[in-house]
Amino acid sequence: MAEPWEDDEVDGPVRKFMYVNRRAPYGTIYALESLEVVLIAAAFEQDVSLVFMDDGVYQIKKEQNTDAIGVKNFSPTYRALEGYDVEKLYVEKESLESRGLTTDDLIVPVQVVENDQLAELMEEQEVILSF
Amino acid sequence: MPIEVNGKSLEVDEEGYLADLNQWEPEVATIMAREDGTELNENHWEVINFLREYYEEYQIAPAVRVLTKAIGKKLGKDKGNSKYLYELFPYGPAKQACKYAGLPKPTGCV
Repeated sequence: MAEPWEDDEVDGPVRKFMYVNRRAPYGTIYALESLEVVLIAAAFEQDVSLVFMDDGVYQIKKEQNTDAIGVKNFSPTYRALEGYDVEKLYVEKESLESRGLTTDDLIVPVQVVENDQLAELMEEQEVILSF
Repeated sequence: MPIEVNGKSLEVDEEGYLADLNQWEPEVATIMAREDGTELNENHWEVINFLREYYEEYQIAPAVRVLTKAIGKKLGKDKGNSKYLYELFPYGPAKQACKYAGLPKPTGCV
């Protein structure tokens, strides 16, 4: 029988999962739920990428303060993604610019992509989940 | 069933995780470990304190693979491996150590 510590490596197929985040971080549960499933997929060593577009770009905006709305500020958790080997974070250019934001406003390093690049990236995926 | 720590009664969930992590104090870990038949030594505390710092920074409890890697980075390769961590925490390092540290169960932990 394998010892428990030999059981860490996840066997089985690795799939390309893309999580598309399109909504503001608070007000609905979508952003937090997306982050949770991203962490689960990453814990199972899947090939995970994230897209932030539309109001979803606000999810990774710096200096979020949720005191007044009485919910937890979970934005620090995006910085943990690197430790989970999730390093493919894409932000759709127009969404970022139309909100007056630049990559300097974001808490994690991202790759800014044009719409047609995004379409190509999506083409490469096996699973796409939209939140 | 709540646990008794320094005369206070602290709520835990059905798996024994502390309901409110702000109520944590070192004695919580000592008492939880004693219930599991373990006396905590400085190696246990190193991991527990590491987890509390990790949570403070990232607001999550790390998955075991992530914990192992992060421990290795901070405390060296002889500690950043599954064998070492499972010897300290035989019920699973993320699960058991997170519990003692007063953190929620790690996401993706089965």
